[in-house]
Amino acid sequence: MIMRNWTVPMEENLLEGHVACQGCLGALAMRLMLKGLGTNVAIAIPACCWTIISGDVLYHALKVPVFHTAFETAAITATGIKAGLTMRGKGDTTVLAWAGDGGTFDIGLQAISGAAERNEDIIYAVYDNEAYMNTGIQRSSATPYGAWTTTTPAKRPEDKPKKDLVEILAAHRIPYVATVTPAYPEDFLRKVEKAKKIKGFRFFHIFAPCPPGWKMPSDYSVKAARLAVQTKVFPLFEIENGERYTINYEYPKDVPVEDYLKLQGRFKHLFKTPEKIEHIKEQVKKRWDYLVMRHKLTHGTTDNIIRKVFYK
Amino acid sequence: MSFKKVLTGNHAVSYGATSARVQVISAYPITPQTTIVELLSEIVAEGKLDAIFVNVESEHSAMSACIGASAAGARAFTATSAQGLALMHEMLHWAAGARLPIVMANVNRAMAPPWSIWTEQNDSLSQRDTGWMQFYVESNQEAYDYVILAYKVAEKVLLPAMLVLDAFVLSHTSEPVEIYDQDKVDEFLPPYEPKYAIEPGKPISYGALSKPDTYMEFRYKIQRSMEEAVKVIEEETAKFNEMFGRNYGIVEPYMMDDADYVIVSSGAMTSTVRAAVHEMREEGKKVGLLKMKTFRPFPFEKVREYLSGRKKVAVLDRNISFGHHGIFYEEIKSAMYSVEPRVPIHGYILGLGGRDVTKQDIKEIYDDLIKREEISEIIWKGVKL
Amino acid sequence: MKLKSWKELPEGAIIPGAPNSGEFKTGDWRTQKPVIDFDKCTHCHLCWLYCPDTSVLTKNGKITGFDYDHCKGCGICAEVCPPRIKAITMVKEEI
Repeated sequence: MIMRNWTVPMEENLLEGHVACQGCLGALAMRLMLKGLGTNVAIAIPACCWTIISGDVLYHALKVPVFHTAFETAAITATGIKAGLTMRGKGDTTVLAWAGDGGTFDIGLQAISGAAERNEDIIYAVYDNEAYMNTGIQRSSATPYGAWTTTTPAKRPEDKPKKDLVEILAAHRIPYVATVTPAYPEDFLRKVEKAKKIKGFRFFHIFAPCPPGWKMPSDYSVKAARLAVQTKVFPLFEIENGERYTINYEYPKDVPVEDYLKLQGRFKHLFKTPEKIEHIKEQVKKRWDYLVMRHKLTHGTTDNIIRKVFYK
Repeated sequence: MSFKKVLTGNHAVSYGATSARVQVISAYPITPQTTIVELLSEIVAEGKLDAIFVNVESEHSAMSACIGASAAGARAFTATSAQGLALMHEMLHWAAGARLPIVMANVNRAMAPPWSIWTEQNDSLSQRDTGWMQFYVESNQEAYDYVILAYKVAEKVLLPAMLVLDAFVLSHTSEPVEIYDQDKVDEFLPPYEPKYAIEPGKPISYGALSKPDTYMEFRYKIQRSMEEAVKVIEEETAKFNEMFGRNYGIVEPYMMDDADYVIVSSGAMTSTVRAAVHEMREEGKKVGLLKMKTFRPFPFEKVREYLSGRKKVAVLDRNISFGHHGIFYEEIKSAMYSVEPRVPIHGYILGLGGRDVTKQDIKEIYDDLIKREEISEIIWKGVKL
Repeated sequence: MKLKSWKELPEGAIIPGAPNSGEFKTGDWRTQKPVIDFDKCTHCHLCWLYCPDTSVLTKNGKITGFDYDHCKGCGICAEVCPPRIKAITMVKEEI
């Protein structure tokens, strides 16, 4: 399908009938990921929402093989699959580890670090919905400052910043790290297609809003992800070989962080404590300034950052 | 041509994995296992074995890498001990549940704390209910042979298998080991042909959510395969014996024909028991030895066959289930429950944490056994009281 | 659907064969359904692109409707339909 000036593969490798919740961007992320990767793919999925989404023991929603594995083992199971396929003469298959933020930021980090350090030839993608959604919205180290979850109640919301996982991965000097969100599918698919051609450990941080977990209507998830990019809460960028930083997009207008926060019930209590919102804004600005500095170091300019209004 | 080489038990395992043509090896160092994978990494580096060696950051990942590789249809191998095995525990269940014929060598080592690096069976026996087959070997030759045999059985019944050898007593002690002609090994153990495998073009889902209306059937299948494994082990062992001139069995009797008293043993200490039984026989004592080569699947029939009608049985356990008894003891006692007339079975705990087990100890156990009138379920041999 | 016996179920809880999730109807989760006004639709395909449930139907470059057997009624299609067009409306499901 030709969309304006870019082409989206028509082939659907995520079938209808999967059991993600309404408006799940973790599901859309998989659909887009497989549009980009095609079907010469094998996936390792640890405990996460996708354990359920792809179907129970009677149904399968993906046109590629899936091996379900334990919570902390996505990176290493994918490594093992890649090794096994290589020994069987199928080393050209892209092996994808597909995990949630709990399985990535928390329990799976050790195996990810091991696989990244050895530069295993796999793609690791985390669809980050910023809490343990599959078990019922418990806080993870991906939960942002100020958020309500069932283990960080509104009276004592999350008081620590979100773990900067992308920087941890970049510190492994792996060939490719990218942040993406299904709300910007052109950017998403371009990066997937780019990563597919790279050999070694490739990491995708996918921002994937979760309507039930974020306490918002199901039709807000794309809107929320767009606002996260527009407000710079979740910047879209790439890091190559741990040092080449490229900011891929900057919304040409200033959008207040509040616009993003007020969409979601999980931040509702924050509006009683404006100093906390100020704190979030400071952190967002700090992070953005750092990225701009790194982009400038890499490119010598910031003029090459795309600044167009794609979607309203 | 086959040839003999003086090898430690660990290196015998490395040679066994090489002869079995394993394709993916993943391991993490732990004493006393480490020299198994050290030698394997060298063999792979020299190009003598076409395999991928994955140096992982933990045993949990070592087993997970094997699981991924095996799911992709490759022959996968790892080795560990004690804490490493315990860390793998979750993935041991996974390997069996996913029906992956992975083979692992576990060098028996006592669990900490207090730290110990010496032999004891609590590490492997704690994995009893994971769905892994377990073979306890007595010599370095067995260590080599059982890597090959374990793959043959595992790939037939689609369950993983663990061969278990004692820390230092076997792992670091050298013995002559016959290494077989590769063609003959290949004939016995052809390349692994997976029934299902993760590969492109075949969009299978492996191990998804199973609701209460399907889960039980998968457990039933594992149990059926374990039961079937008894027969497969016996058949394949017979073939192996014929091809390679061995005399192995699912359990192995020694001087049992007319034995009134039987000592049941497992692992490397069996050699000591064998020597003691031999000497006691020369003294005219009607004593025999039953070696428990296989722990899972549990060889009920053979145990009943060999222990029925004996005057008394002593089960030696280099392990303890706290709050219960020796683990082999409990298993054997339960296997013998249905046998009439009741055979008195006594349990001895000995050699924990690598404490020496001597011939003298075995003779004392025999003397103790014949004197006992009441059944003693737990007798501590050698503990300083 | 008749449940399989232990003999029919494959080792390792595998689902062999082609992906079959389409047999599972998620359409009855819906409380509201998308309705498209083809007089307004420009076939830009944004609704198709953003559908997490692969339930927007398209043929030869034209949007043809929705797969109501599987559409869960999340409303993303209506939300992403460009503001100057707004060809999709969400309508309450009547039972």
